[in-house]
Amino acid sequence: MVAPPVSRTAAPVSRPDKAARPGPLVSATVAILVAATCIPLGYVVWGAVSVGWTRAYELVVRPRVGELLFNTVGLVVVTVPLCVVIGVGVAWLVERTDLPGRAFWRPLFVAPLAIPAFVNSYAWVGVIPSLHGLWAGVLVATLSYFPFIYLPVAATLRRLDPAVEESARALGSDSTGVFFRVVLPQLRLAILGGGLLIGVHLLAEFGAFAMVRFDTFTVAIFQQFQVTFDGAAGSMLAGVLVLLCLVLLVAEALARGRARFSRIGAGAPRAANPIRLGRTTIAAETALIALTVLALGVPGWTIVRWLWIGGTKVWVLDDIATALGQTIGLATVAAVLTTVLAFPVAWVAVRSNGVLARAVEGANYVTSSLPGIVTALALVTVTIHAARPLYQSVALIVFAYVLLFIPRALVNVRAGLAQVPPGLEEASRSLGSSPAATFLRVTLRLTAPAAAAGASLVFVAVATELTATLLLAPTGTNTLSMRFWSLSSELDYAAAAPYALVLVVLAIPVTLVLFRQSTKVAAL
Amino acid sequence: MTTTILEIKGLAKSFNGHTVLHDIDLALQPATMTAVVGSSGCGKTTLLRLIAGFETPDAGTITIDGRQVASPESAVAPHRRAVGYVAQDGALFPHLTVGQNIAYGLRGAARAEVRGRVGELLETVSLDTSYASRRPHQLSGGQQQRVALARALARQPVLMLLDEPFSALDTGLRASTRKAVAGLLTDAGVTTLLVTHDQEEALSISDQVAVMRDGRFTQVGSPQQVYRHPTDRFTAEFLGDCISVSCTVASGVADCALGRIPVQASAADGPATLVLRPEQLVATVVSDSEQLDGVGTVIATEFLGHDVLLTIDPAGDAAPIVVRQHSLNPPPIDAKVRVEVVGSGVVLN
Repeated sequence: MVAPPVSRTAAPVSRPDKAARPGPLVSATVAILVAATCIPLGYVVWGAVSVGWTRAYELVVRPRVGELLFNTVGLVVVTVPLCVVIGVGVAWLVERTDLPGRAFWRPLFVAPLAIPAFVNSYAWVGVIPSLHGLWAGVLVATLSYFPFIYLPVAATLRRLDPAVEESARALGSDSTGVFFRVVLPQLRLAILGGGLLIGVHLLAEFGAFAMVRFDTFTVAIFQQFQVTFDGAAGSMLAGVLVLLCLVLLVAEALARGRARFSRIGAGAPRAANPIRLGRTTIAAETALIALTVLALGVPGWTIVRWLWIGGTKVWVLDDIATALGQTIGLATVAAVLTTVLAFPVAWVAVRSNGVLARAVEGANYVTSSLPGIVTALALVTVTIHAARPLYQSVALIVFAYVLLFIPRALVNVRAGLAQVPPGLEEASRSLGSSPAATFLRVTLRLTAPAAAAGASLVFVAVATELTATLLLAPTGTNTLSMRFWSLSSELDYAAAAPYALVLVVLAIPVTLVLFRQSTKVAAL
Repeated sequence: MTTTILEIKGLAKSFNGHTVLHDIDLALQPATMTAVVGSSGCGKTTLLRLIAGFETPDAGTITIDGRQVASPESAVAPHRRAVGYVAQDGALFPHLTVGQNIAYGLRGAARAEVRGRVGELLETVSLDTSYASRRPHQLSGGQQQRVALARALARQPVLMLLDEPFSALDTGLRASTRKAVAGLLTDAGVTTLLVTHDQEEALSISDQVAVMRDGRFTQVGSPQQVYRHPTDRFTAEFLGDCISVSCTVASGVADCALGRIPVQASAADGPATLVLRPEQLVATVVSDSEQLDGVGTVIATEFLGHDVLLTIDPAGDAAPIVVRQHSLNPPPIDAKVRVEVVGSGVVLN
């Protein structure tokens, strides 16, 4: 899939790879998380084994599965490269050129994260009611997910040492050459991380594709469970989906290789000189305006239009306030917990680089790429059989959110950790700080922007989560997305509009925080 | 035992089956500066990292100030060794100001006390106290290096480790910075171990020089000792230019094309190679009539500013030799010169 040219930079220092051994606390946390991530996988495997091979074969090899496979693979193969091109292009324009209004554009392209994909679908169906199928799915998904590339790429661009690019210029490369041979390879971690995240979302998204009548595996599994509540067919489909996730994961791991991510060289980096766009400025501005209209204008206009049609009677304040309170509470708890738990996993992944580290990360990605409903049903099954008091508890739903969204925190925390030069930690150790104190005073402090970005992403994800919430929420829970979904399913688009608006408004400050944190890095 | 600050015995380390350090022995006397010099990749940085505690040895022991800090069985964590460490690039914390960087190791002290100490340390490294509020990226490379040194000095370490601390600086700054650093470390009475690939640096500021090659010390001694009396060819050539002349040794005197030159008493009698430093040779112009022994012809001159290099073809079938002397009125090409040897030479096998 996405495989930019692999440039293996040999470490120029005579310093050998450190075989750091994680401490007991880290090991225990990672072990528990890995065990937990095995629950949904175990559920799928158990489902497959319990139906028997003959029946399993019958369920997998049928035209319906072929059709779903074509749809799902097509969606990933088209959407991910599109998102990479848009995300990297926008990040480069905004961070590295003299484009007018960069301060305005910079936060604007984080904003699509504030609009849940299913709200985006709702908006596009409102504009073009006949919208359906693969291209509808690609359209909505690209406009919803390109910030997953834009954000880490922009943050990385800001951190790149301009001296490296200047050296490339001195070695005879022009701007284009520098971009493809020097800048792009350094963005590899960000692009691959973001690309994997998008791939995983495409495999797991239900609401957005259901609304445009585009059947992916996840949509089919959801419908299967809704109609029959029979686990066999659904978990066989989920099994195929898991295999797709593994393909994504392996592709990303192969493309990433073992590059060195810490900055090499003396002193602190300087700021880069912006590249002059000259005559292409107008074309660039036009492209950014078009992207803004498609990604933000359409959903904004649809919501406003429905609110106008609905008037004051759609504003049932009691219901909205309750939903808002519950959403904020759940999202905050889940975001903090997920980010804290992402640290040990990220640390193992960045600093020990072993088979186990890869497995730990992989287990998390696989769990998150399982549709929310599979994770949810697995947790329902396990709690009913083994931990009855947890069934339909807040603890269980938060646990589900951690399993589902830890990769969002992980991508950011891992990228942040990889950017902390080991030399700084060593300096701290030689200055009398214990490993724990070093972590708090240096590593955590330098990773904080990335961790905050991760926590914000988890917050937004939880606030807009639909499928797992529908299944696991304790009785009486009514989050914003649950209300939105039930109203729009009843085709009461006007009544759903206030919830869509509140969801978006709730996510905007978080997206702003996310943006602020990622720009602060440059000021360090 | 108590008179040595650092004592290393039989230290060995390998990575992925590749042995980086073999059987290293080293002792540092209090308030002295020792330089480990070697080409890059010879293992000198690994030695420093073992002493700092960032790596654990495969064999041997490290004792700092009478306390054993590392052996294959047990290792004291880096933060519990009273060791200061200055990395090649300074490794200043980018999220802290200069003052906060220096104060990093001063935890638990009162705020006013810390501020006073930071001021003192900035003065020690010849930086204005106004630098305390700056960010690392606002400083030049030399200033960053000095802040890193001040930061390491703040904890009053018994041993200071410097990893190529001047290599990132330009030549003029390097000489003045290393002189200043050596001076302030001597004043502070800090025992220092410096790692460098620059032999001039090693010879100029240290009391003891250890020459390293492929993970072993070839020779350890005072700068004069290792330069004037190298024990092997690698050490001799690594530390400076050499002139090799074939000779015959008889009871401590080498007989060669340049005359009879005293050598080390331990040299075995018989044919050998005599090694001299270019500055030991002095060429004086002689008139054509003086056809004496030890007269040669200048075949090339190379002007180096302060010095001049003369390539001289000695009479007979000996190979041309290079003489380095001050550049005032050098003999012209084709001039007949007599070459005299100052001091003693070294015979190597």
